[in-house]
Amino acid sequence: MSNQIIQIRDVNKWFGEFQVLKNINLEVEKNKKIVVCGPSGSGKSTLIRCINRLEEHQEGQIIVDGNELSENTKNIEKIRAEVGMVFQQFNLFPHLSILDNCTLAPIWVKQMPKKDAEDLAMQHLEKVQIADQALKYPGQLSGGQQQRCAIARALCMEPKIMLFDEPTSALDPEMIKEVLDAMVNLAKAGMTMIVVTHEMGFAKEVADEVIFMDEGMIVERAETKEFFANPKSDRTKLFLSQIL
Amino acid sequence: MKFVNITKDNFNNYLYSGIFLIFISILDVFLNSFFSINATSFLPEFLSFVLPLIIGFIGLYFIRVEHSGIKNLDIINKNINTNNFNAILTLLIIFVIIKSLPPFLSWFIIDANIAGDSKEACTGTGACWTYIKIWLRRFIYGMYPNAEQWRINLSFISLTALGLVGFFATEKYKKYLTLYYVVIYPFISFLFIYFFISGGRIFFDFSYGIIAAAISIILGFFIPNKFKLYYFLIVPITFYILLKYVFFFEEYIELGMIEGLVWVETGAWGGLSLTFIISFFCLIFCFPIGMALALGRRSDFPLIRYICIGFIEFWRGVPLITVLFMSSVMFPMFLPQDVYVDKLVRCIIAISLFEAAYVAEVIRGGLQALPRGQYDAAKSLGMGYWKMHIFVILPQALKLVIPGIANTFLALVKDTPLIFVVGLLEIVGMLNLAKTNPEWLGFAMEGYVFAAIIFWIICYAMSKYSYNLEIKYKTER
Repeated sequence: MSNQIIQIRDVNKWFGEFQVLKNINLEVEKNKKIVVCGPSGSGKSTLIRCINRLEEHQEGQIIVDGNELSENTKNIEKIRAEVGMVFQQFNLFPHLSILDNCTLAPIWVKQMPKKDAEDLAMQHLEKVQIADQALKYPGQLSGGQQQRCAIARALCMEPKIMLFDEPTSALDPEMIKEVLDAMVNLAKAGMTMIVVTHEMGFAKEVADEVIFMDEGMIVERAETKEFFANPKSDRTKLFLSQIL
Repeated sequence: MKFVNITKDNFNNYLYSGIFLIFISILDVFLNSFFSINATSFLPEFLSFVLPLIIGFIGLYFIRVEHSGIKNLDIINKNINTNNFNAILTLLIIFVIIKSLPPFLSWFIIDANIAGDSKEACTGTGACWTYIKIWLRRFIYGMYPNAEQWRINLSFISLTALGLVGFFATEKYKKYLTLYYVVIYPFISFLFIYFFISGGRIFFDFSYGIIAAAISIILGFFIPNKFKLYYFLIVPITFYILLKYVFFFEEYIELGMIEGLVWVETGAWGGLSLTFIISFFCLIFCFPIGMALALGRRSDFPLIRYICIGFIEFWRGVPLITVLFMSSVMFPMFLPQDVYVDKLVRCIIAISLFEAAYVAEVIRGGLQALPRGQYDAAKSLGMGYWKMHIFVILPQALKLVIPGIANTFLALVKDTPLIFVVGLLEIVGMLNLAKTNPEWLGFAMEGYVFAAIIFWIICYAMSKYSYNLEIKYKTER
């Protein structure tokens, strides 16, 4: 029980009339890597955006690290600081250099001294291998470099959980690998990760579990090997046959 | 269909004859315009009039050769001589410029007068710059007493000096200097120009307060962060008490041992200095107010949002001249009997609020241009509303709207002459006053040209500065 860092119970969410999430139940244990896949419009992104409350759910409970997310949550910033997120469109701050992108939140949210924050940022930039670009601006980097910087930026907050929202979908094919490598390294270091992606190779390599979503519901949830070897539902079989 | 066949062999002949014809045509217009010589007077009047155009046109036709290999010729052909129509337009523009130069120059310089010190000195047909020269002091300082004008000078000189120091300072101190420049200095100099330790009890207290605040803020830079809170709780009040009860300026002045500065009422301020004072204060006030309104208009709280919308739409809906009139005539009626807000201060507040509404809408445009991902990213890093806006959203939004803000600020500077409706006379007001002086009737033209030049210089400087800012904050590749 105490090992479950994220608990999602009976979550429903509507965009107007349209129901995006239907009765989602999901528990994630510490240090587990979970890959969420499914066709577009199936609510994968909405689900993980609900986990750090970038979207609000209307029904059900989402508990992150013992704190329930609701309208009354006072310290939503504190919870968000513990949940790192990487976006499809990178969303780096274009007016700040790469280094400043990484140090901004540690300095102003965690009140870290500037020197320490810079050391920490350089350490993480080193890990994703763009330390030599630290003084450039995001506009001067390639897509893959920007996405790796976004990963480093999230890591600088030293989060307990990392959410990836289709991190490689906006990238050229040859840049996908460098981002995936960074993510694989992160997974091997023991981070709790929820990854929305279409990269099945990545799923096979690092995921503990794979979740297949369609039309706002979790259709199938299984151990990675099991998921690829003998998927149970027909919808999953169809999806896998198309994507592999 | 080709009238002339230009080939590689005869290309040079056409080129030289073309240049010669163009030269002849321009020379003809030039002689006609500057020396009133009509070299073609033997021809019928109409033909003589259009002859330069015809000759120049033929000349341009001759030199219109594609890929001639001569760089300058190619540039000319590409830009101003692409076809017959463009050739005629080019010639016409050149001729109009040549034609209009002599009257312009003669009014401005050749026939103008600047010597002497009365209207009689202006004998020429051109401009009477004597008028500007004699009235210059009034145009710059308004009705401010001559003996006290050094206060205005000193204020503006130190403002410039401060700006220069800020320009050369390192990034670390630049922040503090800018803060000082816009938050503290204007008020000190306003006080300095207005009254300073003089003019009665309440003015004394006010002066002490400002001095105490200024000194303690300057010293505050050198206090370590840990003690800053205690420092600012204790020191300014201590300074104030010291000034009020220990140094006894009041009594010294009453005893005549030292002299305070003479109280110059704001009605006597005027001229260019008033233009600067009003513009400067309105700029520094309307910007933060506008920013707050822009954020408020996008707030999630309906009450704040509707207040901001109402405020913006109200101020955008009324003309500035009415606002100023209301501020001077109606506003005092709503105040209690013994409360008095100075006329100039009321004006500055009115213009600031008026322009803030415009600034707010400009900034809102910038806020809306930002992609939602920037908000998401800032939130996902754990930033709250204020941190997100201060560090992520506003820097980007403001960068986007630099041209729009510059536009609004230029409009603000050019709106300042409207304060004549409340009886304050800045430079244009002073011109109007001077031109109705019985001894100097009939020099409106000079005055307005002078004002136009001054305003153009101010506005051009501002727009140049805004371009510089744009380049400075450009972080794209």
